[in-house]
Amino acid sequence: MMPLTHIYKFAAPAAFYPLAGRLIPWFWGLAALFGAIGLWLGLAVAPTDFQQGEGYRIIFVHVGASWMSMFIYLVMAFWAAIGLAFNTRLSGMMAAALAPTGALFAFISLWTGALWGKPMWGTWWVWDARLTSELILLFLYVGFIALTHAIDDPRRADRAGAVLALVGVVNIPIIYFSVKWWNTLHQGASVSLTRSPSMAAIMLWSMMLCALAMWMYTIAVSLIRVRGIILERERHTNWVKALLLELNP
Amino acid sequence: MKARHQRLLLIAAALVALGLVAVLVFSALKENVAFFHSPADIEAGKAPKDRIFRVGGLVETGSLRRQEDGVSVSFIVTDSVARIPVHYKGILPNLFSEGKGVVAQGRLTDDGVFVAQEVLAKHDENYMPPEAAQALQKAHDSGIGNQKAKD
Repeated sequence: MMPLTHIYKFAAPAAFYPLAGRLIPWFWGLAALFGAIGLWLGLAVAPTDFQQGEGYRIIFVHVGASWMSMFIYLVMAFWAAIGLAFNTRLSGMMAAALAPTGALFAFISLWTGALWGKPMWGTWWVWDARLTSELILLFLYVGFIALTHAIDDPRRADRAGAVLALVGVVNIPIIYFSVKWWNTLHQGASVSLTRSPSMAAIMLWSMMLCALAMWMYTIAVSLIRVRGIILERERHTNWVKALLLELNP
Repeated sequence: MKARHQRLLLIAAALVALGLVAVLVFSALKENVAFFHSPADIEAGKAPKDRIFRVGGLVETGSLRRQEDGVSVSFIVTDSVARIPVHYKGILPNLFSEGKGVVAQGRLTDDGVFVAQEVLAKHDENYMPPEAAQALQKAHDSGIGNQKAKD
């Protein structure tokens, strides 16, 4: 068995690039599998809801997207902290690769939430603590992307982005606990670590599978994106030149 | 201590400080972040008198009255501590019903009636098939029945 320290060699972009390439098809496959089963269970098998009828089925997209928008930000902040503390090259690239997908999920969460809110609550949007803090999360993602793209030197761009990502991380517990700390129009959590879920089992399974599919999708597209960033930043190195020569002899 | 450990410590300290600031700011803003006031708050005089605010609670069972014109309704919002009568003219959301959550925005008049300009439904975090909900309701009712029989 390989010693655990062995994985550190993949912190080098030249070693991570081929590994990421080998992993991507697996994550695409898992995303498709979980997504197909989750959506089939959610849209065809799960029963209607006692108070919301068929309309509740948007939950299968909405909740997974909201979870991912928060989780991706935590992972981004983690890489930002590692990059700031240890000056590792790959960390900044990982954070940069995650941001667009996080922004996408924050947007989907807000958009599906509006589509759900109109028929159930009677409004597209209210300025309650949950909705407002999720909107701020979208702005944080967009701000991170804009800031890192506005600075030409990639190492300085990474550092500036990392500080923004770390300051913004305070927003994540605010989003998550907003429905508990303050009274909001948004209802409380149906699924939490501290008590059993307040959902019928089949609905819960569909939701979890859809969320898992989004997780796999996120890994796949982030790996594709980080490979692009690695090639761009390391284009002057010998291993990238050799790789390009291999592709275009 | 190596430089990278110092930086890691600095980042951790900065995050803790930031968290503390957030906690202080939000505990100072607690009243303002709340989306609505409960009927008990209003009865205690905590709600603003001269401007628009929201009241939230449950629509009291049996309190919903529809006027002749078909669009004016009145109902009572309760949090089982206090009761606030609400008048509203307009379309109610689909999920609005007696015994369910509601958030109404408007003004409190001098005679203690809340005149709403907008009524939103607030649903809970429970999801289940209708049959399960009926079974729960049945069990709940028979439980109450048994209790009453005992009394």
